[in-house]
Amino acid sequence: MGFRLNLCIALTLLTVVRIHCAGSVGILKPDDVDIHLLIEGLYHRYGYDFRNYAKASLKRRIYSFLRAEHLSSVPELQAQMLRDRACADRLLLGLTVNTTAMFRDPTFYIAFRQQVVPLLRTYPFFRIWHAGCSTGQEVYSMAILLQEEGLYHRCRIYATDANDRVLQTARQGIYPYKQMQEYTQLYLKAGGQRTFSEYYTAHYNNAILRPFLRERIVFGEHNLVTDGSFNEFNVIICRNVLIYFNQALQNQVHELFYNSLCKFGILGLGKQETIRFTKYETAYDDLAKAEKLYRRRS
Amino acid sequence: MAYELIAIGTSLGGLSALKTLLRSLPTAFPAALAIVQHRHKESDQGLSSFLQKFTGLPVHEVEDKERIQPGHVYFAPADYHLLVEYGYFSLSVDEPVSYARPSIDVLLESASDVYNERVIGVLLTGANHDGVQGLRSLKARGGMTIVQAPDTAESPILPEAAIAAVNVDWVLPLNDIAPRLIHLCGAAGV
Repeated sequence: MGFRLNLCIALTLLTVVRIHCAGSVGILKPDDVDIHLLIEGLYHRYGYDFRNYAKASLKRRIYSFLRAEHLSSVPELQAQMLRDRACADRLLLGLTVNTTAMFRDPTFYIAFRQQVVPLLRTYPFFRIWHAGCSTGQEVYSMAILLQEEGLYHRCRIYATDANDRVLQTARQGIYPYKQMQEYTQLYLKAGGQRTFSEYYTAHYNNAILRPFLRERIVFGEHNLVTDGSFNEFNVIICRNVLIYFNQALQNQVHELFYNSLCKFGILGLGKQETIRFTKYETAYDDLAKAEKLYRRRS
Repeated sequence: MAYELIAIGTSLGGLSALKTLLRSLPTAFPAALAIVQHRHKESDQGLSSFLQKFTGLPVHEVEDKERIQPGHVYFAPADYHLLVEYGYFSLSVDEPVSYARPSIDVLLESASDVYNERVIGVLLTGANHDGVQGLRSLKARGGMTIVQAPDTAESPILPEAAIAAVNVDWVLPLNDIAPRLIHLCGAAGV
């Protein structure tokens, strides 16, 4: 026990030294050391790796978790989390963000129809990887788009997330009915060609997506931080996930994406994400610049 | 004290106030400006391209991990929070704070968390309280605080709330804010 603790402290100190050498700030503030130790603890105790997450937003989420748990300090949370698995699991959920909607950023789907669909038509069969799919809304949006373009039967969509709870929701394809009004508007702005209500049936307070939309989708657990490549894809969509990672981790994930894309494969990022500040800047051409659709060079 | 970053928050009436402020800054301005203007989540880049017409400083809608450069103006994009890391920006789609995304509190708190006393926090006209908590943190960490005089604000709710909650360093009419920023930043390090 004593040895393990000492080892932990030694590892932690090593990381602190590394941060200093990286030239970020002079001496870490006590608050930041607390956060740092919490994150190291979460990793060494449970294997949850938030060590290369973007610091500012991670810190905010930790503090809002503290308030929700009625704890007064980060060290108090650390002590509890190390000994109480349920607390660690709640923390894990508190640290992950699941903001999504069907046809979120409608102009992305318009660009996808105009720029990517013609390329996909040239393949007899293609694979799409939707990385960080959360509760699934954006995956089903892609299924609808491909259905309307007459391409859905030719594809397989792999939809992954690190969090099995959101995947359960994604698999079910059941969403609160009250969201359908907003989704309908986004669907229309995204260039939807039919009536959105054709894609779901109302059941009490829920909208159940039509089962055929699920036919070509495989949902599975995949952690972008720790897991490797599992197939070769024609398209990889990963929107508003990498913003939570620091630059080192972004580069690591872009390496994974690059190696998982076929020649001339398509990469789609979030509206304000960019390949520009990563090591893979020169590995892609712009396909739709404003919508962050890129095409692997070779 | 050398100020490296000026973090500005505004909502209702902000466009016109920002126009006044930005056009009074010289092109050799030595600090970076990060701005949250509350806006509709589907609004495009019209805001930054409009304001670019009134300043020689380059205006950006921030992309994730964009480097913070002195003399540049950075806007929080629609529907994202803007956060400051050491030397660059990060974005998040975390839930709205005080019903707002981007939130002024998020910008001010993260800016002062990293830049401490080297940041100036400015609150302009606004119709709600988003920004007050952020200005309080910024002041507590030794940053300089400036609030637009409520009687010169199109909507005085935010300035009044900030003045009531924080021991603000400067309460200034809109026209005096840019000269004060020039003085604070120009005098720095001389």
